[in-house]
Amino acid sequence: MIYVNDEGNDGEWYDLGMLKLEEIDKLAKLARLEILVEEKEILRKEVGEILEYVGQIQKLSPKEPPKEAGIIRNVFREDKNPHQTGEFTDVLLANAPEKIDSYIKVKKIL
Amino acid sequence: MKIDLEKLTIKKVHNALLKKEFSVRELVESYLAEIEKKNPKLNAYLEIFGDFLEQARHSQEIFDQGKATILTGIPLAIKDNILIKGHRASAASKILEGYVAPYDATVIKKLKEVGAIFLGRTNMDEFAMGSSTENSAYGVTKNPNDGTRVAGGSSGGSAAAVAAELALAALGSDTGGSIRQPTAFCGIVGLKPTYGAVSRSGLMAMGSSLDQIGPLAKTVEDAEIIFNIIRDQDSIDSTTITEKTYSKSVLSASQRAEPKKFVIGVPRDFLGEGVAPEVLENFETSLKKLEQTGMEIRDIELPNIKYSLSAYYIIMPAEISSNLARFDGVKFGAKISGNNLLEDYLKTRGQLFGKEARRRIILGTYVLSAGYYDAYYNKAISVRKMIADDLKKIFDSGVNAIATPTTPTPAFKIGEKINDPLQMYLADIFTVTANIAGIPAISVPSGFAINSGKKLPLGFQLQASWGREDILFEIGKKFEKI
Repeated sequence: MIYVNDEGNDGEWYDLGMLKLEEIDKLAKLARLEILVEEKEILRKEVGEILEYVGQIQKLSPKEPPKEAGIIRNVFREDKNPHQTGEFTDVLLANAPEKIDSYIKVKKIL
Repeated sequence: MKIDLEKLTIKKVHNALLKKEFSVRELVESYLAEIEKKNPKLNAYLEIFGDFLEQARHSQEIFDQGKATILTGIPLAIKDNILIKGHRASAASKILEGYVAPYDATVIKKLKEVGAIFLGRTNMDEFAMGSSTENSAYGVTKNPNDGTRVAGGSSGGSAAAVAAELALAALGSDTGGSIRQPTAFCGIVGLKPTYGAVSRSGLMAMGSSLDQIGPLAKTVEDAEIIFNIIRDQDSIDSTTITEKTYSKSVLSASQRAEPKKFVIGVPRDFLGEGVAPEVLENFETSLKKLEQTGMEIRDIELPNIKYSLSAYYIIMPAEISSNLARFDGVKFGAKISGNNLLEDYLKTRGQLFGKEARRRIILGTYVLSAGYYDAYYNKAISVRKMIADDLKKIFDSGVNAIATPTTPTPAFKIGEKINDPLQMYLADIFTVTANIAGIPAISVPSGFAINSGKKLPLGFQLQASWGREDILFEIGKKFEKI
């Protein structure tokens, strides 16, 4: 098991790698995944093992490399020459599971 | 007419079509006959496209008009996560059941322009997550060399199709080894280009900072031909690079130079634990062969390379958890209805994503969540930079390519690792570095391991500096000849 903190050796230690079932519930909720009860324990174990393995990077204390802009830059195009309204509507809507006319149908939000 | 598919390469086909030794239709029909014969067992293709005759006619017209170029009429297999307008694309996931691609991926557009032929879409691990195609919702792809073993993954269907002569070449995607590992397991060539060399537009995103589309082929030359057609800057993928991106500012003089004598670096410290003895032996033999051609083999140290896999299995799931948020049963694909909108999401995603996809979404959500973000995600980003810096130093010192085995073992048995995700992840140990750093890497067949009388292919991996695919092709071609 690996323990780390953000502040060097002082401060509060917390335990990485050991997951509680409630944490799986919380993560599943955040990720909008329904997880079956019988699967939770398996996930807790598997995700815990993976976290323990990847946690080995904690052993490395890199001097925080200086933040620098990457070589690959975001490229923006001019906001002009829009396509015609509705040009792609039919082909995109054809993939929606439920629709009414040219709207995607969803259940009540509020 | 009977065409000997085994002997074909892209250039041979091109010349035969020019000389009218056979027609495009005859060529395509020969492949389809093989597919009919072998695919039911291998499960390399998920679907054969119904329009293949129409495509063949179109390519033949290009030939007849004297406008044919090197890829005209070449039958290709396409991984199921690359969009071809009007065809289904599912990333081998139930959540995309019924989805029809509304547009062409940029690579497909480029291949269509030159009249290449798409025979069908190939099996893969769901959303490219896995190293065996066992995570496909449509069954595992079997290794053509041994039906009890995996073809590798995630581009396992593409690799098996090419190895079994069910296509002349194929496209796959590589996020952590998904082209190179299955090509090693199936005994063919696979290239992961420099990050940004090939447009990702129309490739279903897995780990956006890691994904690259690349060719799977029978020879290095075939892979090079396809790479040269699909590579390009793309106005709808802002991360694509130009030939100039890595020419001046980034690469040192020694990285830019045309080597008179190739120097191959070997990170020996990294080759011990968990690597099968037959793989190590084959690797040493490969190095000796290269040495005999006059290349220098140099031991190198990459102090942080051992952390590649950890950094990868933090960054990749983090990006997956974001990229897969779009699959919600609202905009496209399949849907499972609940009592309210939230239940629609929970059920659709919970029931239609496979086990591995759910596992990685949970993992990604964890490493990005408050309290763990710094300890995992931020740390992994730092490690990523350190690994790239280490590599840069090595390439600066005059090393032209870094050699490792492609995989730590030959193809494993179907079912052997499926219940132990961590063991499955360790199969990517040698391949993830190239994705973490964004450098190009190639796997070339290097011989076989003999196991219970079956010949299991092995792969030799070469990694070069950013934008230096040319070095990989040159060394790869020399290696093929010996």
